[in-house]
Amino acid sequence: MSTVAYDSGAVLGRHLRRIRHAPGVVLLTQTMPITMLLFFGYVFGSALAMPGTEYRAYLVPGLLASTAAGGIMTGMFQASHDAQRGIMDRFRTMPMSRAAVPLGQTLADLITTAVGLIPLLLVGLAVGWRIEGGALDALGAIGLLMIFRFAANWVGTYLGLLVANEEAAGQLGAATFILPLLSNAYIPTEGMTGWLRTVAEWNPISAVSMGVRALFGNAAPAADAAWPVAHPVAGSVLWSLLLLVLFVPLAVRRYATGAK
Amino acid sequence: MTTTYAVHSEGLTKRFGEVHALRGLDLAVAEGTVCGVLGPNGAGKTTAVRVLTTLVSPDSGTALVAGHDVVRDPGAVRRAIGVTGQYAAVDGELTGRENLRLFAGLLGIRGGAGRARADELLERFELTEAADRVSRTYSGGMRRRLDLAAGLLTRPRVLFLDEPTTGLDPHSRNQIWAAVRELAAAGTTVLLTTQYLEEADRLADDIVLIDRGRAAHRGSPAELKGRIGAYAEVVLAEERTEAATQAALVAAAGVLDHLTGAEPVLHRENRTVGAVATDPALTLPRIVRELDAAGVPVIDVSLRPPTLDEVFLRLTNRKGLAA
Repeated sequence: MSTVAYDSGAVLGRHLRRIRHAPGVVLLTQTMPITMLLFFGYVFGSALAMPGTEYRAYLVPGLLASTAAGGIMTGMFQASHDAQRGIMDRFRTMPMSRAAVPLGQTLADLITTAVGLIPLLLVGLAVGWRIEGGALDALGAIGLLMIFRFAANWVGTYLGLLVANEEAAGQLGAATFILPLLSNAYIPTEGMTGWLRTVAEWNPISAVSMGVRALFGNAAPAADAAWPVAHPVAGSVLWSLLLLVLFVPLAVRRYATGAK
Repeated sequence: MTTTYAVHSEGLTKRFGEVHALRGLDLAVAEGTVCGVLGPNGAGKTTAVRVLTTLVSPDSGTALVAGHDVVRDPGAVRRAIGVTGQYAAVDGELTGRENLRLFAGLLGIRGGAGRARADELLERFELTEAADRVSRTYSGGMRRRLDLAAGLLTRPRVLFLDEPTTGLDPHSRNQIWAAVRELAAAGTTVLLTTQYLEEADRLADDIVLIDRGRAAHRGSPAELKGRIGAYAEVVLAEERTEAATQAALVAAAGVLDHLTGAEPVLHRENRTVGAVATDPALTLPRIVRELDAAGVPVIDVSLRPPTLDEVFLRLTNRKGLAA
């Protein structure tokens, strides 16, 4: 057990040191959601029935949730990068815990995500979004985002180990851009046609977006929404746990067996 | 029966889809020796190393490394080995020092001991000056040295070097060779794959020639060379006409054919004729006498041991290594 702790800590340290040598990357990953906040908030917002400020307050939690879902992309990129460069093979030839490499990587991602969310929150505040609930609830919202990010990052790590090719991971990662579009992250689902609304509401990103909105006091779910969205906090936690239960063992096993 | 083999495999097979990378590979590397594994691209060298270093499990067969089974007890194998890959497997975004400290910690050399060991190896491989630069900025030779240093952190019992000098400049290559000799002298068993016959000739106590996933030939460099005998080569004087040169070449080839029983190889551009001589009774004076008697205008005759390249070509009937 102490091997898992030490080895994961060492791999976590490795990832944080990499960032220290190239700190700009963490901030760069935040330019996309901030650009989308300004673009959607002012361009799309002007065409929606909702008043602009109200829409931007709706949008910020959605962007936070889709940033968390972006953990799929980062996990995939990081794992395929390491698999392709041969450093993962070196780790595999060492007498270290088989869980340490994916665990250290996903824990490091959690830390960088926590730091990386700050600029988005600040820009959000600048365009009119506010924390309208209590402080504890606000902490709960951050907690929801973190656990969902952690789960998404494990999904990505598994996929990255599976493709083990940076270019392919890049292509696949770009495709994950569509996931938040098929949810209530940017646009309320109430206006969608029946089947599309069902698909969007069963998208885990919808539950997390609505959970964050509820805890920040920005909006409440519609009464007729699907269960995970109608009970967004419990729904978010359950979605995250489900993904973790599925993908942690898959990723660890995939790492341990390597390329067959 | 006690085993004195640091690496011992029997009947290893591994298939990747349609490709049979290993087809029953037997290896036996005695403790404290350097074994050179040679073979053309695609012969199965890298797959063999990947099986022995626990990266890939074989479809069938067994392999013991430092006395531990690679499939049943990979953890014990990992504690006994050092690996230097074909591609420098260090983290390009970390400095040389950070890389070595990270690996030292993961290998169980923690705290001050790990830092001291990292510094010691940086010093030894002339990387102290570059130690705090991100390793992505290193030259190919520096990266390879860092990679080798990473493989030596624990003073492993068995060291695997997969094409350690491919693409390196002569200076870096000599440094790696010196390090390998030093390790071997200190009792480390080294298994080295290479495409360079010169490298195997200089470093290895024993050579295994892998061809199509099997050990085709094995022996010391001298034994392998002895197996195909000596190489007789005749250089002719320049003649006044093309036809006269051709006639002299044919006459010399006739003499060599008669003496060696092997098919002579003619090179018209540099006016040489050569043939493999397996008969140990064949001497230089005899070749000269016979050529003289046949009236061949000779300016140079040599009878020398074959190079490993010639051995390789003859033993595998291939058009040479990927050069």
